[in-house]
Amino acid sequence: MATNLNIEVSPVSRVEGHGDLVLDVKNKKIEKLQFRIPESPRFFEAMLVGRKYTEPSHITSRICGICSVAHTFASIRATEAAFGVKLNDQILKLRKLANHGEMVQSNCLHVYFLAAPDFLGVGSVVPLLNTHPEVVRIAVNMKKVANEMVRVVGGRAVHPISTIVGGFTKLPSIEGLLKLREMLIALYPDLKTSLEVLKSLDLPDFERATEYICITDDEDYALYSGELMSSDGWKISNQDYLTRINEKVVQHSTGKHCWASRDSYMVGALSRINNNYDKLSANAKQYAEELGLKPPCYNTFMINIAQFVEIVHSVDDSIRLIDELLESGLDESKAMAEVIPKAGRGVGIVEAPRGALIHDYTYDAEGKISKANLIIPTNMNYANVEKDLEALVPAIIDKTEDEIRLGCEMLIRAYDPCISCSTHFLNVTLVNK
Amino acid sequence: MSKPKVGVFGLAGCGGCQLEILNLEDELVDFISAVDIVHFTEAITEHSDTYEIALIEGSVSTKHDLERLEHIAKVAKIIIAMGACACTGGLNCLKNLYGTEKAKELVYGDKKDWIDAIDTKPIDAYVKVDYYARGCPPTRSEIVDIVKSLIMGKIPEIPDYPVCVECKRLGNTCLYDIGGTCMGPVARAGCNARCPSAGSGCEACRGPVDDPNMNAQKDLLERYGLTVEDIMEGFNLYNACKKIEQKNK
Ligand code: SF4
Ligand code: SF4
Ligand code: SF4
Repeated sequence: MATNLNIEVSPVSRVEGHGDLVLDVKNKKIEKLQFRIPESPRFFEAMLVGRKYTEPSHITSRICGICSVAHTFASIRATEAAFGVKLNDQILKLRKLANHGEMVQSNCLHVYFLAAPDFLGVGSVVPLLNTHPEVVRIAVNMKKVANEMVRVVGGRAVHPISTIVGGFTKLPSIEGLLKLREMLIALYPDLKTSLEVLKSLDLPDFERATEYICITDDEDYALYSGELMSSDGWKISNQDYLTRINEKVVQHSTGKHCWASRDSYMVGALSRINNNYDKLSANAKQYAEELGLKPPCYNTFMINIAQFVEIVHSVDDSIRLIDELLESGLDESKAMAEVIPKAGRGVGIVEAPRGALIHDYTYDAEGKISKANLIIPTNMNYANVEKDLEALVPAIIDKTEDEIRLGCEMLIRAYDPCISCSTHFLNVTLVNK
Repeated sequence: MSKPKVGVFGLAGCGGCQLEILNLEDELVDFISAVDIVHFTEAITEHSDTYEIALIEGSVSTKHDLERLEHIAKVAKIIIAMGACACTGGLNCLKNLYGTEKAKELVYGDKKDWIDAIDTKPIDAYVKVDYYARGCPPTRSEIVDIVKSLIMGKIPEIPDYPVCVECKRLGNTCLYDIGGTCMGPVARAGCNARCPSAGSGCEACRGPVDDPNMNAQKDLLERYGLTVEDIMEGFNLYNACKKIEQKNK
C-alpha cells in the first residue's frame, strides 16, 4: 500500500508524442499532480503568417501524421469559409469519405495497437503477436483498409495530396471506389470478432462527469462539419467559438490548457457519442448496446469502446457514401468549385479522431494569411486529464505502486493524447518516499 | 549484421514518419521480426538504451531535442535521418523564416520565456548522419529498404535523378501542359512522383538532386522556358533552412 508516492513517468509511451506525468503523494494526499508536455513547440501559427491560401492545408497537415486529414480539412474549411466558397455534393461526399478513413486509421491504431496491450496485459503490440495473433491480424488488416480509404481519395495515406481549397486536384477512380467497397464489406467478420474480444475486457469502472464538447449536425453523425455544441446546453456557430472556448498558457506544458463552461472539458469519441448518439448508424448502436456504452457515459476508460463503435459507424457510413457516389457517377468537371480569394476571417471546425479541431484564419486581400489561431483537441483535453487523475488517484490509493502507476498511464492513454499535435509524450517514474 | 537492435526516435516532427513504420501493413510483421526494436516511443512501452541503428524523425528545435540527439548519437553506430524534418529541417524551418523569438511571442505571449525553442536545424547540423530517408513522409518501402540493405551489408541506393523521370515513366500528363507548376524537374525522385500523379505540383519535399545544374530535367525546362534557378526559387516549403543558410553566406 502506498502512503507516500513520487511518480514520474517520462515519457508515457504508446501515445503519439511526449508527455510526462508527475505525481507526488504524501500521507495519501496529492501534493502535486501534473501532466507535463515537454514536446518541442513547432509554432505553426507563426509559420502560417504570410502564406498564400493554397499552402496552409499542406503546412498544417504536418502538425500531426495521425490526424493529417482532419488538419487538412479544418484548414481548407477555414479558408473556404473566409472566401465564401460553395461546394457541390460530390466534393462533400468524397471529403467525408476521407474523414471516415482517418477515423478508422486512428481509432484502429489506438484501440488495437496502443490500448489493447494494456487490457490484454502485455507491454506492447510486439508481444501481442505471440499472445493474441488474431487481434494483431485484424488490426493490421483494418489499418490497411483505412489507409487505402485515405489513399484512394487523398492520394496518400499520411498527408493527403489531392485535397485542396475548392475541391480535388484529381478524383478517385470508379475501380478504386469499388475495390474500397469490397475491402470495407470484408471487415464485418473482423468487427464481430473484435466485439467478442472487447466484451471480455474488464475496464476499470471510474466515473467523473465533465463537460462534453463536439460538433453536431442535423443530418450526420458530425465529423466533417457542424455547429459546436456542449453537453452543458449551448450550441454556437463555428465562427463564434471564441465566445465559449478559452485558452491559457500553463508553465508545465507547451500545450495550452482550455476551458468552457466549467474548469475543464472533454473532446473526442466519448463526447461525440454522448452528444450525437442518435445519429450513429443502426448497426453501430447495436454494437454500442452490446458493449454497454449508453449516453451519457462518464467513464473515461470507455473512450476506447467509443472509438471502436465509431469504427463500426465509419465503415457503415463509408459504404453508404461510396454507394451514393457510384450511383451518381464521378464527374471530373465538378472536381473543383470556384475559389476567389478575398480579405476576411474564416473558421473551420472538424472532428479529428481525438476531438474537435479548430482552425481560424484571417486573410488579406491578396489571399495571404495575416493571422492564424489553431486549437488542437489534445490541448483541449489536458486540463480534463489532470482533473480525472485527481479523482482517480484517491480511488486507487490503496493499491500497489505499480498498479497506481499503470492506472494513471492507462487513464492518460485512454484519451489517446496526440502530443505532436499540440506541440510529443509521456514519462512516469515512481519512487516511494 | 544479424538481427540488429533498432531504436526509433522522434524529435520535433509530426509523428508521420514513425507512423509510416506502423503503416507497413502486410510487411509490418516481417519487419518487426527481422529487427529487434528496442525503442519506439510511439508504439511500445519497453525501452532499452542499447541499439545499433537509430531511426530519427524530426528536426532539432529545442535544447532538449539537442540533448536527446547527442545521447542517441553516442549510443548508435548508424544514424538514419528519417523524413524531411530530420534531413533538411523540413517545414519546421518556416519558423526560422518568421523568426524564432517573434514566433515565441506570437504563440505564447508574455509567457514566452517558459518555452524552450531554438532555431530549427536538420540533425546533420549536429551529428554525423549515415543515411537519409527523404520525404515528408518518406515512402514506407524506402525506410524498410534502407534497414534491409544494412542488414544484408549493402549500401542503400538513393536516387539522384529528378521526379520528372518517374512521372514520365508513369505516363502522367505534365502539369505544365495544363497550366500548373511543378518542381519535378529539379526535385529528387524516389517517391514515384506521388504528387504529380495525384494532380498536384511537386513541392520538392525530398530536396533537390545533388547537382541541379547537371541532373535537372533539361528538355522539360527548355520546353517551358524555365531555369533551374526559377524552380529553386519556389523551394520554400520544405527547404527553407537551406535557403536561409545560403542567404547568410
Ligand atoms: S518529415 Fe513530414 S511526415 Fe516526417 S515528421 Fe516531419 S512533417 Fe512529419
Ligand atoms: S514537371 Fe512535374 S508534372 Fe511535369 S513531368 Fe516533371 S514531375 Fe511530372
Ligand atoms: S512529388 Fe515532390 S513533393 Fe511530392 S512526395 Fe515526391 S518529392 Fe515530395
